[in-house]
Amino acid sequence: MQEKKPAPELYGLLAEFADHEALLSASHRTFEAGYRQIDAFSPYPVHGLDEAVGVKRTRLPYLVLGCGLLGAALGMSLQYWVSAIEYPLNVGGRPFFSWLSFVPITFECGILFASFSAAIGMLWANKLPMPYHPLFSVEAFARASQDRFFLCIESTDPTFDPEKTRAFLQSLNPHEVFRVDP
Amino acid sequence: MSEATDKSYQPPAPVLAAGQSYTSITGKISDIVLTPRTPVGWGVAFLIAFLFFQVFLVALTYLLYEGVGLWGLNNPVSWGFAIIHFVWWIGIGHAGTLISAILLLLRQQWRNAINRFAEAMTIFAVICAAVFPVFHTGRPWLAIYWLLPYPNSMGVWPQFRSPLMWDVFAVSTYFSVSLVFWYLGLIPDLATLRDRARNRLVRICYGVLSLGWRNSAAHWHRYEMASLLLAGLSTPLVLSVHSIVSFDFSTSLLPGWHTTIFPPYFVAGAVFAGFAMVLTLAIPIRKIYGLELIITDRHLNNMAKVMLATGLIVAYGYFMEAFMAWYSASTWEQFMMKNRMTGPYGGYYWMLILCNVIVPQLLWSKRCRLSTTWLMIVSMFINVGMWLERFVIVVTSLHRDFLPSSWGMYSPTKWDWGLYLGTFGIFFTLFFLFIRVLPMIAIAEIRALVPESHKGK
Repeated sequence: MQEKKPAPELYGLLAEFADHEALLSASHRTFEAGYRQIDAFSPYPVHGLDEAVGVKRTRLPYLVLGCGLLGAALGMSLQYWVSAIEYPLNVGGRPFFSWLSFVPITFECGILFASFSAAIGMLWANKLPMPYHPLFSVEAFARASQDRFFLCIESTDPTFDPEKTRAFLQSLNPHEVFRVDP
Repeated sequence: MSEATDKSYQPPAPVLAAGQSYTSITGKISDIVLTPRTPVGWGVAFLIAFLFFQVFLVALTYLLYEGVGLWGLNNPVSWGFAIIHFVWWIGIGHAGTLISAILLLLRQQWRNAINRFAEAMTIFAVICAAVFPVFHTGRPWLAIYWLLPYPNSMGVWPQFRSPLMWDVFAVSTYFSVSLVFWYLGLIPDLATLRDRARNRLVRICYGVLSLGWRNSAAHWHRYEMASLLLAGLSTPLVLSVHSIVSFDFSTSLLPGWHTTIFPPYFVAGAVFAGFAMVLTLAIPIRKIYGLELIITDRHLNNMAKVMLATGLIVAYGYFMEAFMAWYSASTWEQFMMKNRMTGPYGGYYWMLILCNVIVPQLLWSKRCRLSTTWLMIVSMFINVGMWLERFVIVVTSLHRDFLPSSWGMYSPTKWDWGLYLGTFGIFFTLFFLFIRVLPMIAIAEIRALVPESHKGK
């Protein structure tokens, strides 16, 4: 049923840069050259790099808003159900659904759900946890989390050509260009 | 501005000292963790902390064996050390969230050097705080059904109109959200440790914890959004937590507790106490580990200013309590205030005023704000002062009840003290383990300051 795709010989090509300005301009030029399956790596969030490599704006805030409202609704419903339906206690003739005194817990439940959705949503969108990735096979890539900046053009890009892409990356004045095995 | 006219005025010290590179920052902070050699000083400090942790275990074991009758509680003073220390520890935790969330929203870059261990401090302080409400129930495993709503065989449900229930939700949410925020912040640094570790086992451990973080632009984009959202959510959360803690008192009808100023005054007091604790921890650590170039004088100066500002709010709170007692023209309020100032616990009240109102005024002086010795002394006074504040609020409001026939005095027993000293054991044991195995400064966030620190040169 499902045809097995032949494994690509190459994951992509990885270029190493010394600072964030070099990486940023290289990313802009790569995007302008028509490459789309690209990613940049930096030891700290570099302003504008996400736009340069064409990362779409995340929809995380909508998820967080939705989950926060859901959490608040669940919190209020729980208190309503417990205090007015399942276990009504008459305290000084006050109404069973005395919603004002349920506000703090409703608020806390909303915050709890929203915060967890922000964290889990971020990991999910980033496809983490992912213990192994082809890039980890490049030894120099260990410095992406320390003091070096990298740009990767993946072989799945329609305009990718092992020779031409390598020549293109060399023209960006990197320290070095690495081959990334799948 | 007095500083502008002062001839000795110098521009504020930089957030990050000049001359640092990505490599030097990364090496400096991660080597503290990755070195196979544990500093002797760490070992000694850890042993002392661990000794106090044993005190905790003994106090707790005997408490569970014998029951809360061990404590010095009595009939007028039915809330004692447990609530005092719950409020004290929770308050200390608040500075961590303030630094990590509110200062992030305000784009205060100086927070980057101190947020990690301030957040760790938050988590450990909340753990210490949780000990008291959990174990004051006597047999906590039997108390779950009135703390958490779950279907039980008795068909009994918690009372959601009680501020004590609000507390359960507020504190457990606060702990969970702080933990998530802290771990999220750690992920990029765990990846750094993974990539720098030479030992295979160490690399695997950090590798698993870093979840395969790759520092990709797409990762960072969503990561920064998640951090911003969490900061935005933590800010109202932290304000709500100590407000709700203050509701435990202010929704009662007891003179000395029943006041509307409690929520803001508790929150300010929490930040005040928390910053004092951050300084108490940061000053020795930066000295021992030689981190003066990362935690600069500017950090100490700014923290001292936050302490001064929140200290003034707290002082206003004390003044308002006294003013409202007089202005209310209520016999009970006036008696309570007079008893608080001149009664058998009057000494505690005036010590509190000395520690929390008079001594912090030293922070107006720039020389004091830049001297680690003076800052340490002032912070210690505040740590003690905030403990006294909780003691005064709890005990002096209770011990002279409406009827003189039911007056009494409160004196904690050695088991009260044992449990309290024991929580220091929990706190410092966890804290020393943290600085040994996790980066105590957010490396990625400090790296982001490097380009700017070169620009000015």
